[in-house]
Amino acid sequence: MRMLQRLLPGLLCLCLLCSLPLAAQAQDESGQALLASLDADSYAEKGEAIEEIIESGDPRSRRWLEALLGGKLQRHKENGRFVVVVENRGRHWPVVDALSFEAAGEMSRRELDRVGINNALRGQLQGALAVLDLHAEAVEERRDAARALLGDIDASLVEPLQAVIDSEADGEVRHLLEQALAIHRLAQGDVAAVDALAGSLNSQVRAALTAASRSDDPTLAQAASAALADIEQKMRLNRGLETLYFGLSLGSVLVLAAIGLAITFGVMGVINMAHGELIMLGAYTTWAMQQLLPGQPGLALILAIPAGFLVSALAGVAIERGVIQFLKGRPLETLLATFGVSLILQQLVRTVISPQNRTVVTPDWLSGSLMLNEGLSLTLNRLYVLGFALVVFAGLMLVMRRTRLGLEVRAVTQNRGMARAMGIRATRVDILTFALGSGVAGLAGVALSQLTNVGPNLGQNYIIDSFMVVVFGGVGNLWGTLVAGLSLGVINQVLEPWAGAVLAKILVLVLIILFIQKRPRGLFPQKGRAAEG
Amino acid sequence: MNFLASLADRERVFDFLVPAASPVDVRHGPILYLEDVTVSFDGFRAIDGLDLTIDDGELRCIIGPNGAGKTTMMDIITGKTRPDTGSVWFGSRHDLLTMNEPEIASLGIGRKFQKPTVFEALSVFENLELAMAADKRILPTLTARMSGEIRERIEEVLATIGLTELQSRPAGILSHGQKQWLEIGMLLMQRPRLLLVDEPVAGMTEQEMERTAELLTGLAGKGKQSVVVVEHDMGFVRSIARTVTVLHQGRVLAEGSMDQVANDPKVIEVYLGAEEEVA
Amino acid sequence: MWLTRPFRERSTRLFLGILLAALGLVTLLNLALPEGHPLHVSTYTVTLLGKYLSYALLAVAVDLVWGYLGILSLGHGAFFALGGYAMGMYLMRQIGDRGVYGDPVLPDFMVFLDWQSLPWYWHGFDMAAIAFLMVLLAPGLLALVFGFLAFRSRVTGVYLSIITQAMTFALMLAFFRNEMGFGGNNGLTDFRELLGFDLRSDATRLGLFLATGIALALGYVLCRAIVASKLGRVSVACRDAEARTRFLGYRVERVQLFVFVVSAMLAGVAGALYVPQVGIINPSEFSPIFSIEVVLWVALGGRATLYGAVIGALLVNYAKTVFTGVMPDAWLFALGGLFVLVTVFLPRGVAGLFAYRRRPAEDTQPTAKEASA
Repeated sequence: MRMLQRLLPGLLCLCLLCSLPLAAQAQDESGQALLASLDADSYAEKGEAIEEIIESGDPRSRRWLEALLGGKLQRHKENGRFVVVVENRGRHWPVVDALSFEAAGEMSRRELDRVGINNALRGQLQGALAVLDLHAEAVEERRDAARALLGDIDASLVEPLQAVIDSEADGEVRHLLEQALAIHRLAQGDVAAVDALAGSLNSQVRAALTAASRSDDPTLAQAASAALADIEQKMRLNRGLETLYFGLSLGSVLVLAAIGLAITFGVMGVINMAHGELIMLGAYTTWAMQQLLPGQPGLALILAIPAGFLVSALAGVAIERGVIQFLKGRPLETLLATFGVSLILQQLVRTVISPQNRTVVTPDWLSGSLMLNEGLSLTLNRLYVLGFALVVFAGLMLVMRRTRLGLEVRAVTQNRGMARAMGIRATRVDILTFALGSGVAGLAGVALSQLTNVGPNLGQNYIIDSFMVVVFGGVGNLWGTLVAGLSLGVINQVLEPWAGAVLAKILVLVLIILFIQKRPRGLFPQKGRAAEG
Repeated sequence: MNFLASLADRERVFDFLVPAASPVDVRHGPILYLEDVTVSFDGFRAIDGLDLTIDDGELRCIIGPNGAGKTTMMDIITGKTRPDTGSVWFGSRHDLLTMNEPEIASLGIGRKFQKPTVFEALSVFENLELAMAADKRILPTLTARMSGEIRERIEEVLATIGLTELQSRPAGILSHGQKQWLEIGMLLMQRPRLLLVDEPVAGMTEQEMERTAELLTGLAGKGKQSVVVVEHDMGFVRSIARTVTVLHQGRVLAEGSMDQVANDPKVIEVYLGAEEEVA
Repeated sequence: MWLTRPFRERSTRLFLGILLAALGLVTLLNLALPEGHPLHVSTYTVTLLGKYLSYALLAVAVDLVWGYLGILSLGHGAFFALGGYAMGMYLMRQIGDRGVYGDPVLPDFMVFLDWQSLPWYWHGFDMAAIAFLMVLLAPGLLALVFGFLAFRSRVTGVYLSIITQAMTFALMLAFFRNEMGFGGNNGLTDFRELLGFDLRSDATRLGLFLATGIALALGYVLCRAIVASKLGRVSVACRDAEARTRFLGYRVERVQLFVFVVSAMLAGVAGALYVPQVGIINPSEFSPIFSIEVVLWVALGGRATLYGAVIGALLVNYAKTVFTGVMPDAWLFALGGLFVLVTVFLPRGVAGLFAYRRRPAEDTQPTAKEASA
């Protein structure tokens, strides 16, 4: 019964399929023939008919067999039509046609003849139903069915399963079924079964092995324990990889959020407290794009990448021209003024759009996950964001190393006065740098919209972390930002299991504060005379 | 550990036996001794195996083209930059490489910067007051009072540097030359045993330069101050120098009297572009 | 005496005169005039003013480090909150068995969390003397440890600002945790009495207002005394040319540490006076935004004047009360705009507007009188 419940969703799908007007004549005829053979006189013949139905691969097989098992498959005494009784209480039963599964009104119990079965057939039917999905067309369905069988088979199924294994083409399905059989054998005390199960991460397998490790048979217990230890180690590795993945994912978010800041802070010595709000603008741009293109979240997301960059870059230019240019050489005042800007931007979003979070739709190709093995799967959206962060980073490196702007930016970073003396228009470089840094913040916002809620406070949550990343990595060093962001992400995730999320964050902050004491200029400090000043 | 030491240090608040004179020991030789000092920034050797000895009471001029390592050398002596290798001794007792800037300063090494740095928000008078040799720990500084004696000394120095009129104006309004003087005045207030003076006459008039030369030569003397001057202005160097050291690429190129070094072929080669200036 | 030096300054005498006159006037208008009289100052207003005054003391503390030492602390809210929590813990213990759960020792939130006994750091807070000592010690120690680490490694400028912000942010997260034993989200509240006085009575509220005013006066004089001393001038020297100060033989990091710790303790006192008046202390006081807002008060009033900090705190908080009452949505626009306008157009603050004749440097100039004294 348990298995029935588990298979119910698949069943419903099948019903849907059947209700489609694909009831071709041929299908009807073969179906009628199959059902007729079920209604044979001897039980032996009926048994053969059941086999026949299973082998037919007819999509209606499951419903027929279930109806037969439940005693609901009946034949109309007069016209020989087969029906399935929906509700067999009272005198008049609502029925559906056994071929089309369309409602066929009500019939009196006197009009109908039940297709009878005996206990032997009942057993055969139960086994048949269990392996029925193993005959499905789609490989995925067969795998799911096989997986569902793990730890859930008894002696009656051994033989049919063995038959399935022999005829199965897909290796994975075969493997799963063999494991299912091995679990059964293990429960019978078969030491050799341990080998077949070794290395599997499936929870049913582990449960079976754990049970076996407590067995009275010392050989079996020992073998099972060894296999368990092996599995345990594999799982630890998996958990480690998973932590690493989550850490890198968190780190990639930090890198995205911080790298724009690293540019503006490093080049202009400007503390832009409104950087978080520029990220927020990028996220809201994604939302707005999706509003403009209803029903095409994927396209909107892709278009939001350039749009988010532009929106935030323009906002950045406005901030630079409107506020920062008047505060040259006064970093602390710049910090205060841009904090004011951040308050205004936040309140603006609250007033104009809404104080509530907005929903940004995740397109299909971003949802779901990539399964590496039984115990390790990587969520796609995080994987994409990680890749996106690396692409943005590489792009920025290219801009910095290979373009005229990059050269000028580096010149101004290292020696503003000298760069100016050599004819570099520092003001223009400032504006472009700020636009670039802000635009990258916008990109971060687009990426973040896929991971977190988009709301007016989005930026605020990232500003302190971003500063920490920049300071930790060393100002004016993009590689430093990358390494710092990723490693802070990983450290955070490593600490989290034993300290809890909040405490882990606190610990990371404390670690950075202590680290700055040791290396005030970060992981990768700028060296030389210029830095001494 | 440092912290405990600093606490213990602050306990000495009521110890008024702070020596006014420098504890430097010059009985057994030079007042400043640098041996095989090397420091590099990013692979660039700013100082490369530098040896330098300054005798007690000596007035030494150090010249050299840009990037010869003159300022870096001063940074090393005053504790701002730590060398990669080598040793730096003040007298025969104090290893300067184990001390930080304030410790070195209170030992009696005063420094005038290349770019005049005075406290612009404070008045000229206050600048001198802060520079004065005194107990510079926290509580004594907090409770310090302006005595008549201190005021007299400050006024004396004000007169020497010609800023009596401007004493209550903020130092920020001074001209470049006046700031140079104020910084020299601050050095005088400090009463150091060793003065390191980086380009003292930049931005000064001919007259002021003469007065500076007079002042510096007057300061130097056995048992009084030793003075190390880094200067680009050859005329000024010639007017005060007894011994001149030429630095080049972080090491000593030549040493001797002005005439000796001016005729040294190696020096001439280094200064090829500026031959007339040396000659 | 260095502590009495400020009384010789005209500006200090003026400030104290105005402050004490205002305290007296408010007391008079509250007590002597009947309710309903147009000039009557209600107890509600008195408490509101008391809150402003505690903010003003916090602003003075921030100005001491920012104005005279050049350290822009974006974490002074943490010291304020620690002082407040120390006071709050005392007030919690004073509730005794009158709480909702009636436990004679454990505060309500601990009973709610099913704690069996008082955590060790809550012991002693039933005694006023120890609690009040902790008002000074808790922020002082944090400032000492933090400042020692930061100043020793010469972390200054924006780096220092950023890590002070991180410090208060980390503390905020920590205090939000129920496991910390400070009431988590809700903080400490439902106070009843302070030193035996009922916190709900009008007389206690007026008394708290006056105490805050006097604390502000004393704090102001203390800061003024430090600023007018030679140490104050050394602070300014550190602010403007740190390296130069070092070469004169001053231990810059110790000067910074001393002033920072004094300032943190003052902030703690301000927090301790704030809590009984508003009746609650919760982790939001640790939020970085609050700390940075305090800096705005100082910037608006005028940096490095001390009285400017008081003016700024009163102005901004009065505006906040008015704004949030009339049009709450506009307040953040106004505050944000204020940040921008003050830094761009009013770098010397309100004080700079009417103090253009007096240069700050002359303010700290030792007078001839003093020299001959």
